[in-house]
Amino acid sequence: MTGATAYTGSTDRSRAPQAPVLEVDELTVRFARRGEVGTQAVDGVSFSVAPGETVGLVGESGCGKSVTSLAVMGLLPQRGVQVGGSVRLDGQELLGAGDRALRKLRGADMAMVFQDPLSSLNPTVTIGTQVTEVLKEHRRLTGSKATDEAADLLDRVGIPDPRRRLSEYPHQLSGGMRQRALIAMALACSPRLLIADEPTTALDVTIQAQILEVLRELVQGSGTALVMITHDLGVVAGLCDRVHVMYSGKIIETAERRDLFARPRHPYTGGLLASVPRLDTPRGTPLTPIRGSMRDAIPWAEGCAFAPRCDSGRDDCLTEVAGSTVPLESDGSGRELRCRHPLAGPPVAGSPTTSGADR
Amino acid sequence: MTASLGNRRDKIDALAARAGQLPADGGGVSLVRSAFRRLRRDPVAIIGAVIVVTFLLVALFAPLLAPRDPLEQALLSQVRQGSIPGSQDGFPLGVDQLGRDVLSRLIYGSRQSLLIGVVSTVLGAVAGMALGVLAGAFGGWVDTVVMRFVDILLSIPGLLMAISISVLLGQNQYALMIAIAVTQVPVFARLLRGSMLAQRDSDYAVAAKALGVKRSKIVLGHVLPNSLSPVIVQATLSLATAIIEAAALSFLGLGDPDISRPEWGAMLSSAQSVLSFAPQLAIYPALCIIVVALGFTLLGESLREALDPKFRR
Repeated sequence: MTGATAYTGSTDRSRAPQAPVLEVDELTVRFARRGEVGTQAVDGVSFSVAPGETVGLVGESGCGKSVTSLAVMGLLPQRGVQVGGSVRLDGQELLGAGDRALRKLRGADMAMVFQDPLSSLNPTVTIGTQVTEVLKEHRRLTGSKATDEAADLLDRVGIPDPRRRLSEYPHQLSGGMRQRALIAMALACSPRLLIADEPTTALDVTIQAQILEVLRELVQGSGTALVMITHDLGVVAGLCDRVHVMYSGKIIETAERRDLFARPRHPYTGGLLASVPRLDTPRGTPLTPIRGSMRDAIPWAEGCAFAPRCDSGRDDCLTEVAGSTVPLESDGSGRELRCRHPLAGPPVAGSPTTSGADR
Repeated sequence: MTASLGNRRDKIDALAARAGQLPADGGGVSLVRSAFRRLRRDPVAIIGAVIVVTFLLVALFAPLLAPRDPLEQALLSQVRQGSIPGSQDGFPLGVDQLGRDVLSRLIYGSRQSLLIGVVSTVLGAVAGMALGVLAGAFGGWVDTVVMRFVDILLSIPGLLMAISISVLLGQNQYALMIAIAVTQVPVFARLLRGSMLAQRDSDYAVAAKALGVKRSKIVLGHVLPNSLSPVIVQATLSLATAIIEAAALSFLGLGDPDISRPEWGAMLSSAQSVLSFAPQLAIYPALCIIVVALGFTLLGESLREALDPKFRR
């Protein structure tokens, strides 16, 4: 259980009073084409990440987690998108910053690893060219120096025989190696902030574990702030210090990893945990899915967006809050919750308990 | 049991050895190389390539291959009103109405036809791609202006445009090349713009942007190389059209005025007056044009398949 002690270490560090690397304050993203009713993809999301801390954004497809990350990086298209609120990297405001300023920051101070390692690499260019490109752009390395550094980077993320890999094309690498190469590119300038957008979704389970290990070592070694975007609770359990659960564009629950797994408060979080298969239940025990799908969400202004799918939902989830959204309120030490009728005790039988967090 | 195990181990060893050899042939297997490998297995591509290469060799070694001087009026004395000598000793395809050896003229003519085809296609492709990159990379109003200009070019029938331009530029072979090139521009511009637009929002372009790569570098280093394959295919197909168009212009009397350079289109044109009693003088150059155009088209079609991502392994 070396992992467990490591988590404690990083959790302790995150509690130390350090200026956060990334502060996201009341971020809103609205997709609206002219003459159409817009979609509120992200609705007042606030969180911060300290150096060396790993923060997870969790939620199912369409809850706004990827859009949040793209907004932080300034990668959303400029047309038809309205971004509001504030995003600060080391105190510097990113929203509204010029293209040139953002380009200098991207790759150097903040970097991102995407979901699909094959389509995120240019198929017509060698790995070496793509890795050295970043080094040339931000570190002004050229020629053999850049090549040496690129090989060193590939070596650091655990790619064997890096010299040979540099002259190969993306399709010649395995999925895990491609994702490592992408991580190497993201790490080329030791960024202060790394956003990983479902970095393991396209990979099989063994490779997932290796990639997570690479990311964990990175965070612990260099004090990089890591934002982990995922729908995989296993990844959360293995890597994150703090977790923000998102639903329909809003954060609905925030907690330390252990607290979240031990005592989920929001019915949605409870539902997510209940739908994870477990080894210690008897064979044939059915999983407990969450009813309905993301499409059943109602606008936050009409009540709790999760209410139509919620098992503990009552009438006042919809009526009492009409006109104002359910607020995100403090819920004990280090926890925040957006719910009228939270789950009280330990999670229902047959659903995960604390052991998930100690994996 | 042991035997089958040993057998299987041998097989695995052989596989491993083969796998080990693959990267040895030059480090990376690039897109171009894997496309080439597929081309070699495609009979259609081989037929096309054989035709094209044959004609290229003929054009290259015309002085060595031609049995006679294409301008020498060797059998002029035998040409009568209403009869032109056909195939005979030393003149396998007969002579034309001025007593010149047809085979030698066809062989020398391939130089001119291929030259015009290649040069005008290259010119047209370069100009069209420049416009396409401009439109595809900047988008917005640049895209609109460039594309409307291209639409105007496209709305004029190709041959009509070529005729107007070659009249405008005077009668020489460079005017001919430019005229044909201009008719090729819109196709290349539209094609490249379209495929660049499709690639511009691709994951790797966003990933490069997320790493702080300059926009110009993303466009030229990432988006452009991935958008080129339809353009390469179009270029081989355009070669065929260019050769046909060059012949058409020569036939219309807008070709190269220099009679010392035989050309298939011009040969067709001059055969017109003797078509009733010497149709072979029109058939031979027409066959040449058809076969070369067919060769380039076959090659282009199979290249399209070879570069198609759906067939890529």
